[in-house]
Amino acid sequence: MNILYRVFIDPFMQMGQAPDLLVQTLWEGLVAGVLYALIALGFVLIFKASGVFNFAQGIMVVFAALTLVGLHALLRKWGVSSGMVAAYLALAITIVVMFALAWCIERAILRPLVNQPDIILFMATFGLTYFLVGLGELVFGGEPKSMITEDLGLPRGAIEIKMLGGFVSLQKIDIAAAVIASVMVTSLALFFQKTRIGRALRAVADSHKAALSVGISLEQVWVVVWFAAGIVALTTGIMWGARSSVSFALEIVAFKALPVLVLGGLTSIPGAIVGGLIIGIGEKLGEFYWGPLLGSGIEAWFAYLIALIFLLVRPQGLFGERIIERI
Amino acid sequence: MFYREAGQYKTSYEADQATFPVLQDRIGMIVILAVAFVVVPLTMSSFVINSVLIPFLIFSLAAIGLNLLLGYAGQLSLGTGAFMGVGAYACYKLTTIFPDANIILLIIVSGFASAAIGTVFGLPSLRIKGFYLMVGTLAAQFFLSWCFIRIPWLYNNNVSGAIEVPTRAVFGIPVSGPNATPVTRYLIVLTIVVVMTWIASNLVRGRIGRMWMAVRDMDIAAELIGIRLPRTKLLAFAVSSFYCGVAGAMMVFLWLGAAEPDAFNINRSFLILFMIIIGGLGSLIGSFIGAAFIWGLPIMLKSVPETFGISIGSATLEHLQFMVVGALIIFFLIVEPHGLARLWQIAKQKLRVWPFPY
Repeated sequence: MNILYRVFIDPFMQMGQAPDLLVQTLWEGLVAGVLYALIALGFVLIFKASGVFNFAQGIMVVFAALTLVGLHALLRKWGVSSGMVAAYLALAITIVVMFALAWCIERAILRPLVNQPDIILFMATFGLTYFLVGLGELVFGGEPKSMITEDLGLPRGAIEIKMLGGFVSLQKIDIAAAVIASVMVTSLALFFQKTRIGRALRAVADSHKAALSVGISLEQVWVVVWFAAGIVALTTGIMWGARSSVSFALEIVAFKALPVLVLGGLTSIPGAIVGGLIIGIGEKLGEFYWGPLLGSGIEAWFAYLIALIFLLVRPQGLFGERIIERI
Repeated sequence: MFYREAGQYKTSYEADQATFPVLQDRIGMIVILAVAFVVVPLTMSSFVINSVLIPFLIFSLAAIGLNLLLGYAGQLSLGTGAFMGVGAYACYKLTTIFPDANIILLIIVSGFASAAIGTVFGLPSLRIKGFYLMVGTLAAQFFLSWCFIRIPWLYNNNVSGAIEVPTRAVFGIPVSGPNATPVTRYLIVLTIVVVMTWIASNLVRGRIGRMWMAVRDMDIAAELIGIRLPRTKLLAFAVSSFYCGVAGAMMVFLWLGAAEPDAFNINRSFLILFMIIIGGLGSLIGSFIGAAFIWGLPIMLKSVPETFGISIGSATLEHLQFMVVGALIIFFLIVEPHGLARLWQIAKQKLRVWPFPY
């Protein structure tokens, strides 16, 4: 009975007793969720357009952030006096680098491996991960770096809001992250719905062969979509880097994004966002209220548990396409 | 000219269905086993045996385990590392409880513990498949890794959180622990791996293996011809985890001597997955080739700059090594997506018609 009480009643009592703490936890979950959703978004973009389960998304986040910070430091050394100018110049060059990366990936990996089974392409993104880890450490060094938050004009500090008989503190950078993420998702949605190339992307997502037969260039679409995933990775890298620091430890966020993906469905952009928020909030609530029961560190697998339970009920995820099989 | 089955008449079904129906294959196998059992222990230095051959054999066994699951039954799993860990911790607990029992027996028995856990975490495969299933098995990986750290009972409340292998002797010869010689450990690992490979090769060409392959190729069709999916899939998870568990127990008891929970993390699972993808899905010989490639490549890469007399800092070398391994993985996937085992088959076919190609 005691166990049942502690699992099913006590946490909710705690929530009721300290509503400000609950709001704070929810907010932190929401912010974490936004970042998970961003990474999942990168996965979904690529999976939809090229059918590749891109494991390298996590390292692309690190690589983009490292390139940005590294270039910024280099530009300052070369005598760009204003930090702001250097930051935005570095940002522009990083975007170019991400484009070059997308082009190289298309040329070196996707094109030779076209029409191979999914698992082979998945393994190829693994090779890519190894390569990028090696390259990143070789060029930028392995030690953690701090993100150039101020030079990019991102806000620092916290806002304290008085509510529910207590204080809730919101980090300004988190608010900025949420705003930027929503702007990016909106513009991606507009890009997909309204532009010519966006329509081509959706056509490829529906069927490669049909898209090819009406004259859509698969190569071009793949470069564009990997570039878009690179931009998403860069944004994620800046936001995540601003919260902690830029290092290869960030790579593990890829594992955080996997439950988000299966929860939302591998092919759905709204699914990635909603899934990210659910996982983020569920994880923080679980860690805060139920964590002490089991000992700390349940964050590592709690998200997977949520996703797994969910999958048993709905195997295609929240918004995923129902898989219809024929013999 | 030398590798040709012409003239080898079979007069019984048993002879026709033997593991190695071709005489030259049998001779080759005997030679390989003779070299592995006799020549290697006599000639190789203990360093080579300990840091190259023993891990190669252990990883081959784990790769066979994963290959049974992924290559034959078609269930994508990333829990290999954790299942190896289950085997290792089960063996550790068993030898703590029964200090006088034969350690080799305990290593095999701990495989059953791993099989039980593997079956439980195989349950999601009844509902989901493909990449969704992969994420499901990652739940097993992270949950079990967490257990290895958070449940002190598993490592006998050791303050360091690691498990240390006690000295255990079989027939008066120390087999595990600091006193065991590399050659002893090598011979035991080799025997277990050979026997289990032989069992696996008979498993996959028998009724069970055919059921697995039917499920892999199309599960609905398999169900229609009367194969019970839940049983078949769970059996694949159980057998695969058994192999991984034995490999994990051997890894700690006969190779490393001590292990931290980190030894069974997600990277271990990926390493084994690399081995079977590079080596060849659905091929036992591929598991060995893949393990040799993935385990041997970094060792070889380390020695390359030395042989050319170039001195590179060890950190730079490690980064370059990452890049080369990554590039080589992509290269091999592009050149031969069916794995190195396919190259081996092609070579055998070429050899069969040599020197007259028509």
